[in-house]
Amino acid sequence: MSIAMIFISAILVNNIVLSQFLGICPFLGVSKKISTAVGMGMAVMFVMTIASIATWLVYYKLLQPHGLEFMNTVVFILVIASLVQMVEIVIKKSSPALYQALGIFLPLITTNCAVLGVAILAIQKEYSLTEAVCFSLANAIGFTLAIVLFAGIRERINMIAGDLPKAVRGAPIVLIAAAILSLAFMGFSGIGR
Amino acid sequence: MSSKTWNNLTRGVVRENPVFVMMLGMCPTLGVTTSLQNGLGMGLATMFVLMMSNMVISLVKNLIPNMVRIPCYIVMIASFVTIINLLMEAYLPALHEQLGIYIPLIVVNCIILGRAEAFASKNNIWYSLMDAIGMGLGFTLALALLGGVREIFGAGSLFGVPFLSQDAYPILLFIMPPGAFLALAGLIMVFNKIVGAK
Repeated sequence: MSIAMIFISAILVNNIVLSQFLGICPFLGVSKKISTAVGMGMAVMFVMTIASIATWLVYYKLLQPHGLEFMNTVVFILVIASLVQMVEIVIKKSSPALYQALGIFLPLITTNCAVLGVAILAIQKEYSLTEAVCFSLANAIGFTLAIVLFAGIRERINMIAGDLPKAVRGAPIVLIAAAILSLAFMGFSGIGR
Repeated sequence: MSSKTWNNLTRGVVRENPVFVMMLGMCPTLGVTTSLQNGLGMGLATMFVLMMSNMVISLVKNLIPNMVRIPCYIVMIASFVTIINLLMEAYLPALHEQLGIYIPLIVVNCIILGRAEAFASKNNIWYSLMDAIGMGLGFTLALALLGGVREIFGAGSLFGVPFLSQDAYPILLFIMPPGAFLALAGLIMVFNKIVGAK
């Protein structure tokens, strides 16, 4: 698959949130305001790309030569967790402004299944390092696109929250909005594969 | 059975149902529930990991320094996930194929780490096991319900057995991604109505 195809497929056709259902927790949890959604998207983009490089190297340079592929779940989650901690420390020291913007989102990312999911998918699809990096970057862009769009919709919903029937207030209306957004993204299916 | 045991067992099923009330573990909830069988399989696999991790964590809770407890929990959970992943690959290859990436992702299911942190690290092994069974049942029930509803409407079958006549069409939307969100929204509405939450 060409690089361009990886991008189109991951961002629009097989959007990580809306059609693969990875990273739903932050998608529903931190999408109340556009500004926090953008912050979360940026943090995910940052961590996901670095994590994919790290996990790819660990898998092909450390696990595979020793026949330890079955350990990948344990090792990947450790790599990602320590990576997030390291990124947090480095950003805190080197760029306080960036830390202000992304800081609170970083601990949340450890348990974001999108990061681990993309790392595992890149291995399952047997991507080369370049392809794996593009794949995770594209998925991160797809995540950011979905969560920012969704935050915009939720801001509008909140304006009319008082008029909603009692039964759909809270979680149900949020899920219905997500369903419609997901329906819209289904329009892209058929492009490429 | 003492009342505290009973209380710990039932808490997860209705009052603090992980899916309908707490909105935890949404990724597998929405991702795998295209059929009743998948929902049940995922629920039971998660329940196994939850029971093992809750028991072990409540046993070793006094040995782990507070500073590093989360990484320790995650490693233990990941080990049990690896075990269930390999077991399912060996004995239930068809289901393993269907659930795919969501089995390794049980590691990052917020329910498991959440129960470890909120319950197992503070209670003894018996109550932790009861809590795990209750939460696991609540999760399995929710996934089975969602899977059942989606399979009935989306595929016109139940447990893979079709019940529609030849010329009737199922509502295909329900087994596609948007249907997951819609069906869950509907179920939460019904749940809120029955339990009378809020």
